[in-house]
Amino acid sequence: MSMKENTFDYPPKVLVTKIGLDGHDRGSRIVAAYLRDAGMEVVYTSPWQKIEAVVRLALEEDVDVIGISSLATDHLIIPQLMGRLRHSGLEHIKVVVGGIIPAAEQANLIESGVSHVFHPGVSRELIVETFLKLTHESRNANENRP
Amino acid sequence: MTREQKTRERWKFVESRETWKKLYEEQIDSNKEIFNRSGIPINPLYTPEDWEEQQYTERLGFPGQFPMTRGIYPSMHRGRTWSQRQLIGLGTPDDYNRRLKQLLNAGASAVSLIPCNSGFRGLDCDEVDSRLLGTCGTITNTIGDMEDCFRNVDIARLSTAMNDPSPFTLLAFLIGVANRRNIPLKNISGTSNQSDYISHFVANHMFFRLSLSGSRRMLLDHIEYCQKNLPYWNPISIVGQHMQQAGATPAEAMAFTLSTAIQYADDCIERGMEPDTFLPRFSFFFDISISIFEEVAKFRSGRRLWAQITRERFNAKDPRSWRFRFHGQTSGVDLTRQQPLNNIARVTAQAIAGIFGGLQSMHTDSYDEVISTPSEEASKIAVATQNILKEEARLCDVIDPLAGSYYVESLTDQMEDKICRTMKHIEDAGGMYKAVESGLVQTMIGESAKAFQEKVDNGEQKIIGVNCFQENQQMEANCSIDRPEPDLIDTHVAKFKRFKKERDQAKVNSALSSLQEAANSETKNVFEKVVDAAHADATHGEIIAVLRQELGFGEPLIVA
Repeated sequence: MSMKENTFDYPPKVLVTKIGLDGHDRGSRIVAAYLRDAGMEVVYTSPWQKIEAVVRLALEEDVDVIGISSLATDHLIIPQLMGRLRHSGLEHIKVVVGGIIPAAEQANLIESGVSHVFHPGVSRELIVETFLKLTHESRNANENRP
Repeated sequence: MTREQKTRERWKFVESRETWKKLYEEQIDSNKEIFNRSGIPINPLYTPEDWEEQQYTERLGFPGQFPMTRGIYPSMHRGRTWSQRQLIGLGTPDDYNRRLKQLLNAGASAVSLIPCNSGFRGLDCDEVDSRLLGTCGTITNTIGDMEDCFRNVDIARLSTAMNDPSPFTLLAFLIGVANRRNIPLKNISGTSNQSDYISHFVANHMFFRLSLSGSRRMLLDHIEYCQKNLPYWNPISIVGQHMQQAGATPAEAMAFTLSTAIQYADDCIERGMEPDTFLPRFSFFFDISISIFEEVAKFRSGRRLWAQITRERFNAKDPRSWRFRFHGQTSGVDLTRQQPLNNIARVTAQAIAGIFGGLQSMHTDSYDEVISTPSEEASKIAVATQNILKEEARLCDVIDPLAGSYYVESLTDQMEDKICRTMKHIEDAGGMYKAVESGLVQTMIGESAKAFQEKVDNGEQKIIGVNCFQENQQMEANCSIDRPEPDLIDTHVAKFKRFKKERDQAKVNSALSSLQEAANSETKNVFEKVVDAAHADATHGEIIAVLRQELGFGEPLIVA
């Protein structure tokens, strides 16, 4: 799926970030560049963001999708991020997690509301496609909000 | 050989070469050019035209002799093989102690200590979400924690490598343990891994805790302190691994590492230290990718260059100063989540490259590192891989066995050229410190990372199970994950809080204010005050908080 086949009034806006304690950021930087090159507006942050800071940024920047990269167990606190997003009325924002996520712990993330989990080796096309699809879903959900 | 014989030989050579070329081109389907990861074109065949033996003594020489191309010791792996140093660290100090004893019982003498990620951020265990504690390393916030880590273990008989970025609190705690046990510091040996702040600023942001200038000052104080007090401690390990893991090509990683080493040596000399007093304690740490010949050539050319740099640029007279001692870690980037058992084969290939490259110490990755922090079973296989290569495949029988191969020698020369060109680029930018301050190195690494990923995406670089020979997803091994026991973590945090409440607070305050004072003076050794503060029961987080305030907070420069 390319941007052309998608109709957006304005480009998808995504936040690419890392929460918790780890600083390995090769993955988040590469993904940010992929999304940017695919025509999306990317808000990128350095690692070690506090959950509150991510929620605030998502609200202020009005993003469609949040991409969280986790290479060293920081995914364990993602359910808290999901809770905070809901608490702040931002449940329409879709969250994608990428990195080292053990299969046994993936269910917990999905259950907490994460839309998709990417593992190492995923293709650039699939990443872009997923972010586009989720942008649609996010905007639809936002429009249909009570 | 007479002149006539030589002419005849040459004629025969050219004739056979042309015949081969013709047949080769007929047989080969596509004559597409191939490049290695460093961008060097790779020919289908190498002959004496690509490498001549004439300069043997000058360019290769003998092991242990200048220019050290064939190895830094006369006996190399035939005498003493490399240290097997697996990374360990999970959970609480008690968990670490249990794992350490298992390794020691299995015969290990070189051990490592990986602290918890909260420690890397400069925080104590009571300052972070407890779910993240001990998941990637051991909680070590005080001398007491370090004592528990090494309970009933004779630290004088170990070589301990600690992931201990500036301001080196773990070494301060270890010194504290030695003092409490009346062990003279000259009996303590090991390495301050992750003391190379430049590599952290550039490529492994998680270790970067103090400002660039603050880290520079700390490192020099630390080297000076160790020189005086811990003669068998390696205060600096210069790391090419982070940069290669972050995307630098093997040639770039070697170039940046050597440029960093030059920067540190220049800084030490400016401090008034004599090259032959600090160079013998410089050691290096590299990534070993699966590109076997390229890695071997990287290590051989790096070894030759370092010998030349130390002897010619720094006028080092002591042959120990010329020795390029290095630890290698097989590259996690090459491992795949798909069909994870295949990673055992990948690690084997990487380890072969490291052994033929002449390393002094090695860590082989566990096959499950792409899935989680390594399980015990997987780390056992990783160690067995090394032993199989040594004992069964007999890779250590001959020193530098790939030497003299037209391909390997020619590639070693070409890698050297490539490395030198990148080093020149750095030198022109004012040296490594300036080149990272301006973001030049970061940009270069980012570009290489993207270029490699594009090759994977377009299928030019094949990865089995990822972009070819895929199998269905169910083939993914459902590996077990070791997570620390939440109750034990909570008990540890409670114990830590109690310790803070019960210690002599006046003593802590006074030690922290002398630390602050030292950081503000130009002449005092700050690391000495870190050691004093640790002795006075100041914690890891408290020491770093003071230094971040005085020397500046570590904000890595991130170039997108």
